[in-house]
Amino acid sequence: MDLQIALLLSQDGIVNGAIYALLALALVLVFAVTRVIFIPQGEFVAFGALTLAGFQAGKVPGTLWLLIGLGAAIAIVEVVIAMRSGALRRLTSALGWNLGYPAVAAAVVFLGEPVSWPLFVQVVLALAMVVPLGPMVYRLAYQPLLSASVLVLLIVSVAVHLTLVGLGLLFFGAEGSRTPAFSEASFEIGGVVVTGQTLWVVGASAVLIVVLYLFFERSLWGKALRATAINRTGARLMGISSTQAGKLSFVLAAAIGALSGILIAPITTVYYDTGFLIGLKGFVAAIVGGLASYPIAAAGAILVGLLESFSSFWASAFKEVIVFTLIIPVLVWRSLTTRHVEEEE
Amino acid sequence: MSARNWVVAFLALLALGPLVLPEFHITLLNYIGLYALVALGLVLLTGVGGLTSFGQAAFVGIGAYTSAYLTTTEGLPDFVAWVGVSPWLTLPAAILLTVAVAAVLGLLTLRLSGHYLPLGTIAWGMSLYFLFGNVSFLGGHTGVSGIPAISLFGVELKDGRYFYYLIWLMVLAALWATQNLLDSREGRAIRALKGGAVMAEAMGVDTARSKLVIFLIAAAFAAVSGWLYAHLQRFVNPTPFGLHIGIEYLFMAVIGGAGHVWGALLGAGLITILKQWLQDLLPRIFGASGNFEIIVFGLLMIFVLHRARDGLWPVIRRLAPLRGARRKVESAGPLGRRTKPAAGSVVLEVKDAVKKFGGLTANNHMSLSVRAGEILALIGPNGAGKSTLFNLITGVDPPTAGEVHFLGGRVDGLASREIARRGMSRTFQHVRLLATMSVLENVAIGAHLRGGGGVMAAALRLERAEEGRLLAEAARQIERVGLAEHVFDAAGSLALGQQRTVEIARALAADPSLLLLDEPAAGLRYLEKQALAELLGRLRDEGMGILLVEHDMDFVMGLADRVVVMEFGEKIAEGLPEEVQGNPDVIEAYLGGVD
Repeated sequence: MDLQIALLLSQDGIVNGAIYALLALALVLVFAVTRVIFIPQGEFVAFGALTLAGFQAGKVPGTLWLLIGLGAAIAIVEVVIAMRSGALRRLTSALGWNLGYPAVAAAVVFLGEPVSWPLFVQVVLALAMVVPLGPMVYRLAYQPLLSASVLVLLIVSVAVHLTLVGLGLLFFGAEGSRTPAFSEASFEIGGVVVTGQTLWVVGASAVLIVVLYLFFERSLWGKALRATAINRTGARLMGISSTQAGKLSFVLAAAIGALSGILIAPITTVYYDTGFLIGLKGFVAAIVGGLASYPIAAAGAILVGLLESFSSFWASAFKEVIVFTLIIPVLVWRSLTTRHVEEEE
Repeated sequence: MSARNWVVAFLALLALGPLVLPEFHITLLNYIGLYALVALGLVLLTGVGGLTSFGQAAFVGIGAYTSAYLTTTEGLPDFVAWVGVSPWLTLPAAILLTVAVAAVLGLLTLRLSGHYLPLGTIAWGMSLYFLFGNVSFLGGHTGVSGIPAISLFGVELKDGRYFYYLIWLMVLAALWATQNLLDSREGRAIRALKGGAVMAEAMGVDTARSKLVIFLIAAAFAAVSGWLYAHLQRFVNPTPFGLHIGIEYLFMAVIGGAGHVWGALLGAGLITILKQWLQDLLPRIFGASGNFEIIVFGLLMIFVLHRARDGLWPVIRRLAPLRGARRKVESAGPLGRRTKPAAGSVVLEVKDAVKKFGGLTANNHMSLSVRAGEILALIGPNGAGKSTLFNLITGVDPPTAGEVHFLGGRVDGLASREIARRGMSRTFQHVRLLATMSVLENVAIGAHLRGGGGVMAAALRLERAEEGRLLAEAARQIERVGLAEHVFDAAGSLALGQQRTVEIARALAADPSLLLLDEPAAGLRYLEKQALAELLGRLRDEGMGILLVEHDMDFVMGLADRVVVMEFGEKIAEGLPEEVQGNPDVIEAYLGGVD
């Protein structure tokens, strides 16, 4: 291996690592706020990419049906709950969002002509279709289990993952899609070609991480999420609803996932089940950070990206084996450094 | 119908199956058996032990590939070649290798708190799957073919109809052994895992070992299933050992009812039949091919976890009620008792114990001693550091400085189960009973260290004599604390005060030299308190040392021989009850100063 190849592999590793870092941040966020280990994170990556690809191919993306379906399901659940408790007044807003929003989205998709719109607008539209799925999934699958153990929530996560993968296959088919690059520019730095898309991915990840940092440090909502993460009961006593915090964290996770998918779609062909592996690598990174530390998780993500790109050079068949086996030394290190003391109930 | 009759009817149907059923149904039943074996391991792991693995399919794979490789590869070195001669020799090899891999993975991940284990299993489940597909000597993604059939008594089991009996024999043996194991001393230790490690360890259970044991048993069941699969199909490739199948196994256990051995069978049957049906139906509805059944499985799983978290087995049990299975405790000989320290000798001595949590000093140079045949009461306002001191003495949390001596030996820094082994037993301020287990079984956990029956002996029912003595002892202690009529009730159904009393019986079942009671009278009614005081007085007269933390002053002052008062982590007074009651520092601590 010469320097040129090493630089090329590093570039690859950093690009992938940047995506894993975003996903790792979302996973840490969701776990801290809701105790949900968010296995379906990867599906949002695939949905984001495939929805954008759908617009570009002039098709109606299946996520629209999912949006309508989940909205209708929530509407039914809310109506049943409201009928039982007699609190019909609160129903208006729930029905408005869950039936109205998908209806508007459908109108835009069918009446407009997304295929002819500029890329930026298509991206915004794709996000508008995919991001609401996050809080909707939270409402249906997780909110009724607010007090369940981490283990039960994890099993639910796996079930949600399976359901979404199956729906992904149904909506998008088995063929993969690739979208055009955001930028055709390319530069040569030290003899290595750096494409515009690479810069987009790394730049967007960096910007997003800074935005998230500001959100958590400066905004009231961000602080509310942090408070919930530190102490759920305490936060509730301060008037922060666990449910609202949970929904917000799912909005963020879905947005980060969908955006990651949109960023990588020009680099790699995305299939309906691609997200799972990508999400799991974000997981390995999140576990490096103990599901608690954002900076260590981000550093872990870059490490995972580099490990992946270098092992694909040396032993490409064993790429996945190497990446997933990384978790074992990490877990050993975790088990040696943390002393788990049972909490007095 | 009684439980026995149901089982007999089930066995009869199972035995008759291959004689009347068409080929297709037998194949289906064969697969249900294979899956049930894996799901049974998960029942033990998830439903009983509270651990979860998504990676069982990988263990099935190790079992299957081991046998496939050994029986088909030519030119193996001599020291392994002899194993490949017969599948019956590769069965132990497959189990051993799988268990060895599981032991390494288990030692690495079981120490971690709850969710790391399942996450770890996802990772190594993926990793092993990719390994199967990329290792050339295992045939890569094409797999291994030409695996020999199993011969039994000279008959080659090539027909699924014959293989059926082999599979179901294995399944039933595994069911029987698991049922036996759960109904034993080791089984209670395993079930105690869900009640939290602190309680189990205080009763002398090595929780790390118990976790590893069920993890290895689950892996061994998976290996047997893999071995059967390899020789039924006579061909293996990586597909059935991937993560999605691992997830499916967990679904079987959870949907069937992860807390019940029969739940594994029910779940495996339901999911297998449902999958077969959906794989046929859904592609026709959607007009495309693909494994759409995962959509239904996912939704079903979410629904079950929302509505029937214990799975479907308990729902079915309610539909077909059994005749009352109220057991009787057989009388049995006494258990060995430890030699007790002489009355009046010092049993426990705490010297200058200090405990700091970061900048907070919870215990500052605390010293006290308890003698055999004495009740020492430890009192003090809330937050005085009494519970911290309890934890130092019992080994839950080691002291920052200072020494704890028990029966002449130093015990600070020892694990709490080691201290329990030396004859110290305790109750908890917040009751830690296993709500769904009977009072008898809860109390029997206390006698854990007085038996020695191992996992194998329990699975094969070779330790019944000892088990009888353990249960008889537990029943004796329950009677002693006055709860004889509740022996078979679920512990969670008792009133809080009674539950505290059950905790005392559990501590007594350990035959301790020193009893540590954390607020035993809280929640008791007047008469119950009197009975408790009487019991503690009797224990004292028998030579037991008792350290009592209590808030009820009437109770303490009427009962204790000496009293130690704590405030802000320090001892502010010590002496006879009447001396302490008159001490101005004590009055100030409790009632506030008069300025």
